[in-house]
Amino acid sequence: MARLSMVEAINAALREKMAADDRVVILGEDVGVDGGVFRATVGLLDQFGPWRVIDTPLAENCIVGSAVGMAISGLRPVAEIQFEGFMFKGFDHIYSHASRMLRRSQGVYNVPLVVRAPYGAGVRALEHHSDAPEALFCHVPGLKVVIPSTPYDAKGLLISSIEDPDPVIFLEPKRLYRLFKEEVPDGEYRVPLGEARIVREGNDLSIITYGGMVSVCERAAQHLSEEGVDVEIVDLRTVWPFDAEAITSSVSKTGRATIVHEAPRSFGVGAEIAATIAERCLLSLLAPIKRVTGYDVIPPLAKLEEYNYPTADRVIRAVHETMQF
Amino acid sequence: MQLVMMEAHIARKLHEQMLRIRMVEEKICELYSEQEMRCPVHLCVGQEAIPVGVCAHLAPKDYVLSGHRSHGHYLAKGGDLKAMMAEIYGKVTGCCMGKGGSMHLIDLAAGFLAATPIVGSTVPIGVGAALASVMRREDRVTVVFFGDAAVEEGVLCESINFAVLKRLPVVFVCENNAYSVNSPLSVRQPQEREIYEIALGHGMESLQADGNDVIAVYGLAGKAIDKARRGNGPTFLEFKTYRWLEHCGPNDDCHLECRSETELYKWKERCPVRMLEGRLLSEGVATPEGMRLVAANIATEMEEAVRFAKASAFPDPDLLLKHIYAP
Ligand SMILES: Cc1ncc(C[n+]2csc(CCOP(=O)(O)OP(=O)(O)O)c2C)c(N)n1
Ligand SMILES: [Mg+2]
Repeated sequence: MARLSMVEAINAALREKMAADDRVVILGEDVGVDGGVFRATVGLLDQFGPWRVIDTPLAENCIVGSAVGMAISGLRPVAEIQFEGFMFKGFDHIYSHASRMLRRSQGVYNVPLVVRAPYGAGVRALEHHSDAPEALFCHVPGLKVVIPSTPYDAKGLLISSIEDPDPVIFLEPKRLYRLFKEEVPDGEYRVPLGEARIVREGNDLSIITYGGMVSVCERAAQHLSEEGVDVEIVDLRTVWPFDAEAITSSVSKTGRATIVHEAPRSFGVGAEIAATIAERCLLSLLAPIKRVTGYDVIPPLAKLEEYNYPTADRVIRAVHETMQF
Repeated sequence: MQLVMMEAHIARKLHEQMLRIRMVEEKICELYSEQEMRCPVHLCVGQEAIPVGVCAHLAPKDYVLSGHRSHGHYLAKGGDLKAMMAEIYGKVTGCCMGKGGSMHLIDLAAGFLAATPIVGSTVPIGVGAALASVMRREDRVTVVFFGDAAVEEGVLCESINFAVLKRLPVVFVCENNAYSVNSPLSVRQPQEREIYEIALGHGMESLQADGNDVIAVYGLAGKAIDKARRGNGPTFLEFKTYRWLEHCGPNDDCHLECRSETELYKWKERCPVRMLEGRLLSEGVATPEGMRLVAANIATEMEEAVRFAKASAFPDPDLLLKHIYAP
């Protein structure tokens, strides 16, 4: 057991999986000599050498495409894209091939590929350095999309993702990389894909969220509990395919749902969650479902980021409106 | 090229432009720790000769596009200094209204069409702009600046091929500073192949020169731009240079041990600004007093720009929702 930050937990997951399974190979820009711009792969080149920790040319299309080739040829590649906004240069291979090889090969090739990328706002970069594009990946049949919210989950989810037979898009909220540390067990453990975590239990309202928004919602819930509003928080962890059971049972219990994500609102993950609630437990609802999200805009710099990024205050306001309905 | 071959005022202008970029970048370094510029900055200290030597041949009607390390290109092309400073401070008076920061500089009046940090991405955009100017019979040359790592993106080859095919008035300028973030060329590209040779393979004229010698840059760029202007097609230029500071931010990065202090020192010995200063003085083209005056004027201009940026307001929340769709 050691107290690790999220980025250290990710490093530990990579190191332990690489030691345990020599099919696991890391590739990406600056992952070797440099150790990664966020330090996620630091020390791995020294331990595993340049064939297993591959510094690639600056070429995301080639990184993802060659990782698909490696994955269907017996390896378990973990490709790092330096920021989420650069994934689109590799999106072609994610969309056109990683997600489709299984079908094309009549089930012969699965694609045990992980594409990792720092994700989301909160580090005062902007545009491509603060995007939240998860819905674009969720919309591609055949992909799994994971976004951890704690160091413990990050390690366990990454190990599960590397072991998973299908392509997993693993998005790491960069705001959380070093925000806090927690106890993380040594050695391999798994947090299963597709299972949500109940962050706190409550009876009045369910907040469904994930990633960097979980701690924002916890702050809101703390404040609300002082007012006597008892909020339950569901952290999806695997954003798609999500744990519909956990969402349904929570909302059936509380009768109210607020969905929180930093990504733009329209056609976002929140829309799919709302549809699922409507389909599965509409009659338990005591109030309309609310969404607290980023606006339908391009992530801006500095000052305006504060307005775009959902805050505890915005969550509290939405909960008040729902409770007063 | 001998300075005597060149008109003295041009040589002095090249010096002034390089010094201006150097002083602006150093000012940013000095102010960065105040934590008011809450914006990543990719500084071009050590690389000033390339933007200056190239842009000296361009008029405002010509287009320049750049990437993440764009301050030098923006300034050399005549981009407004106040608007750039304000942008880095995230203020509404910035050239991108405080929404884009250092990596999205723009000044349409100066012909600085776009800079974006998606490495390689402005290269095809520049090719498209050049295609449009041909179709619309506009007398315009487009120059695209990019780094040594941009040639690793497939789109660079796609763009070169297209530009040759259509004989477009575009000049590809590669600033080869031997690093991509902290990864040296040796882990990214074959050592036995020079970057400019990539364009040769596509049938594009392609040349290489010392990117720290502004006179050499000026000479080569002049030929390429003139050729483009006369309708004789695109050229690729590779200039070897070196970035003095860390990839992103105001400090040096020797402590990372990705590159050695000796290497940095060797390149600092070949400072583009000092090298030209030496020649201007020894060939009698400028005087120490003249140079001091130039520096003093730049300092005044810079102080004003910083004052303007600091005094400007942050954008209103409403601005967040603006410019998503055309009005
Ligand atoms: C498509 C894309 N991939 C990765 C990055 C991250 N990144 C920003 S600058 C950079 C290095 C670029 O090196 P080079 O083109 O040589 O320019 P230099 O920084 O040396 O001026 C990288 C990897 C990016 N901005 N865009
Ligand atoms: Mg470079």
